Amino acid sequence: MAAEAAPRFYLTHEHHPQNGTLFGFWLYLMSDCLVFACLFAVYAVLGRSYAGGPAGAELFELPLVAVNTSLLLLSSITYGFAMLEMQRDRLRTTLFWLAVTGLLGAGFIGIELHEFGNLIHEGAGPQRSAFLSSFFTLVGTHGLHVTFGIVWLVTLMVQSAKHGLIPENRRRLMCLSMFWHFLDVVWVGVFTFVYLMGVLP
Amino acid sequence: MSVGGGVVQYPDGGGAGHGGTGGGHGDVHGSGAVHFTLRGYVTGFLGAVILTAIPFWLVMGRTFGSSGITAAVILAFAAVQIVVHMVYFLHMSPKSEGGWNLLALLFTVMLVVIALSGSLWVMYHLNHNMMPESMQNMPNMP
Repeated sequence: MAAEAAPRFYLTHEHHPQNGTLFGFWLYLMSDCLVFACLFAVYAVLGRSYAGGPAGAELFELPLVAVNTSLLLLSSITYGFAMLEMQRDRLRTTLFWLAVTGLLGAGFIGIELHEFGNLIHEGAGPQRSAFLSSFFTLVGTHGLHVTFGIVWLVTLMVQSAKHGLIPENRRRLMCLSMFWHFLDVVWVGVFTFVYLMGVLP
Repeated sequence: MSVGGGVVQYPDGGGAGHGGTGGGHGDVHGSGAVHFTLRGYVTGFLGAVILTAIPFWLVMGRTFGSSGITAAVILAFAAVQIVVHMVYFLHMSPKSEGGWNLLALLFTVMLVVIALSGSLWVMYHLNHNMMPESMQNMPNMP
């Protein structure tokens, strides 16, 4: 009785977060958000320093950007379909929607590389002006994220095909889902701030 | 912000899953407690399509004469679309992870606002004040 009345300075059962991995991954995304915020700030400061070179209005092809935006947006909802199929424990349709997502992502990267190639070919490479340096850094960093997202996607497709939708694979697919949708959020900032505002007179 | 149509549901009541059987414990960690719905994804997708199409139309069709008005309007559309993505695709709600997700997000938003507005403010004044002497004194010159 006396022992129980004494104050206790420890937890009787350990606190254990319910979705530790998902919350940790969310924190990673928030730190990634800060990386993009810095690159956006650099672009905001340098975006009009053309050094006598071409401006955004002469370089950007909005129809191409619109296609790119649609591809990324479509890949977001196809990833959503993959998650819905995962919830229903259907491995084959999950893999199908993941493959569609990957192809849309690859299309996005393909168009972006084509655009970068055109710019460099026209002599508007990253060395031309501060505007182009910051443009290539910001858009290139986003493209690099999407590329690594595709690598991760293919890895998880192989893992899921091999081991099935085990709890570990479900958790990994949830993390990639957050990563993929987060990249779409960043792209909303890119197409608005860089492309659409860049062509305004 | 409210989540329309019950997009996010917590089957085990957010934290009530502790101290259960060993099997239940593993399941909580594996699958995550959030339940997604087709309606949520489709709503988010349609919202995002509309919120993307209008800014492109505004800029490509040169609807407004003034660049300043167009810029302000498309930035507002981007802000709304980011919220739509957060709610319907990233399943953000005040309740997810017991509120910690939202807290981390708000902290990040604060840092982003400080970084962006601070950089613009400082660099604008730097450019303004570091203008060559000759250009600032131009009106006083004979």
